Amino acid sequence: MTQSPDARNRSSFIAEKLMHFLVRYGLMIVIAFLFFGLILLISGEDPIQSYRDIFTSTLGSSYGFSEVVVAMSPMLLTALAVALPSRLGLINVGVEGQLYMGACFSTWGALAFSNSPSWILLPLMIVLGMIGGALWAFIPGYLRALGLVNETITTLLLNSVAPMIVSFFVFGFWHSPMDTNKTPNFSPSARLPKFFDTRIDLSLVIGLALLVLFWFLMRYTRWGLEMRAIGGNPLAARRNGIPVKTYLIAVMCIGGAIAGLAGMTQVSGYYGVLLVNFSRGIGYMGFLISWLAGGSPLGILLTSFVISIIFSGGNLLQLTRDLPYAVINVLLAFTLFVVLARPSFLINRKEA
Amino acid sequence: MTLLSVLGVLSSAIFSGTSLLYTTLGEIIDQRSGIVNLGLEGVMLVSASSGFAVTAITDNPYLGVLVSILAGALMNMILGFLVISRRANQLASGLALMFFGFGLSAWIGRSYVGAKINGLPRISLPGLSNLPVLYSSLFNFDLLIYLVIPAAILVWWLLFHTRWGLGLRAVGENADTAYASGRNPLRIRYQALFVGGLLVGLGAAHLSIAYTMNWTEYMTAGRGFIAVALVIFSKWNPLRAIVGALLFSGAVAFQLLLQSSGIQISPFLLDTIPYILTILVLIAWGGTPKHSAPASLGRVYQGTE
Repeated sequence: MTQSPDARNRSSFIAEKLMHFLVRYGLMIVIAFLFFGLILLISGEDPIQSYRDIFTSTLGSSYGFSEVVVAMSPMLLTALAVALPSRLGLINVGVEGQLYMGACFSTWGALAFSNSPSWILLPLMIVLGMIGGALWAFIPGYLRALGLVNETITTLLLNSVAPMIVSFFVFGFWHSPMDTNKTPNFSPSARLPKFFDTRIDLSLVIGLALLVLFWFLMRYTRWGLEMRAIGGNPLAARRNGIPVKTYLIAVMCIGGAIAGLAGMTQVSGYYGVLLVNFSRGIGYMGFLISWLAGGSPLGILLTSFVISIIFSGGNLLQLTRDLPYAVINVLLAFTLFVVLARPSFLINRKEA
Repeated sequence: MTLLSVLGVLSSAIFSGTSLLYTTLGEIIDQRSGIVNLGLEGVMLVSASSGFAVTAITDNPYLGVLVSILAGALMNMILGFLVISRRANQLASGLALMFFGFGLSAWIGRSYVGAKINGLPRISLPGLSNLPVLYSSLFNFDLLIYLVIPAAILVWWLLFHTRWGLGLRAVGENADTAYASGRNPLRIRYQALFVGGLLVGLGAAHLSIAYTMNWTEYMTAGRGFIAVALVIFSKWNPLRAIVGALLFSGAVAFQLLLQSSGIQISPFLLDTIPYILTILVLIAWGGTPKHSAPASLGRVYQGTE
């Protein structure tokens, strides 16, 4: 069967757009690497050698590559938790808090039903994590739908509350006999399955599946159409009989549920315990990724991948260069600065 | 519970509240000009680490404070370049600035973890010198503590009783109108961020050079976000911010008091009170436009060309 000329045009258009995207961001990243090279030079390191090490250690071996994917998995979810509500014009800065609540709820499941078999426990933890995140997002969503308080402020404030609730439960009730700042290790049945002897776990599959689902939902369903209508003009959407308030609350809760799921996969997959203050900004990173990607599923995947390379490279800086791990944030921030400083490239995209 | 323990708690509340108030004042100025600075946490960390490093090197805390202040202003200038000149999204730029601060402060402070410094010298109040040493030592404050209330009044005066403040608030309400009436929104916003950065730097300097007198990574532990909450709580008003900061650090003090009197309440739950209070206050204001934020807060000024 021959392709119609329309479809062929379309695929070459997509290829061209993708190429354009890669070149544009590639250039920006090169600029950021030049800046960070200066920092390395000042610290008395050889920037070229350091960069070579970063790339060979992350992309040069299958183990390094698997670690990049491990770092990427939760970011897919946290970015999606921002991208979905942003289609309605909702700004969800609260993924960090929703993530903690998801982790908190699913940890309760893991500790309370630790004797259950995996096929009961894991779905239960997933549901609990999603409920935790959704509850935390319901408050801002509800207040916004009533027109009382802007969701940007409430999500931000609730971000600071959630880690304290986790600390309350961990220090007060759940801590292991040895350490007061974390729970005992989860039982094997409460751990997400891992693939091919690496640390890659089921969260990657969940994240990719949800991204595809998100793309399909926005493109081919009535819900997607109505959500885009609300994002474009809420008043017109309401006049057309779309239940705007219900959408605002429901979509915010779904966003929160996805963030909660990210929290669940972190404790069940990555750590295997609930550690106080475990996140250090994965939720905020999700906001940045979604914003950089303009909320598009493919963009989220690519941006998360690049950011994960930088993050996993940070381990190397710490191990062999005698620099604190946190210093890798500077390279990350330079990349973000360069991208942010060129909004003309990103024009006509929805914010956040 | 003795009088001494009550006074001790009060004294520690004043210490922890001071850096919070300076930071809040800085953010009030930023936001009054229409810019949300979510990178406060990062700005504070860079200021605190650089001030601490300079104090450790030169053994002169005042020089350290000066460097802290300048570092705060410079960090805010990065934000200014992104959101004012390049018209980038304010929330995203602020968060990027936060990550930058995490990294840069770790880099600056890497050789000073665990270093000992001579903090800001304490100056005792003249009236208290005839009290027993045990009591008067609790109220030996450093210069920055004495200056924090005057600083709040100064910021209030600047914002509400000078032409500069009027222009700044006008830009925060509606940059186009301010431009039409002959003001330069871009310049005013840069100025606001610069002055705001100076104040945030002071707050950070007090934290690392006077209060804790050490440097650890992520030492601000969420103070930047508390300050953002405080700005809202105080309705963008520097005088209300004094009350707000007292209330917030008072909650911490209250918690210490409860612990010392043997009442078992988790400190983590008490820590959430300020945030929950802020949300409740916001709900109570909901729908009354009189109390709302500067009208063009967070919006990008597109210019007139």
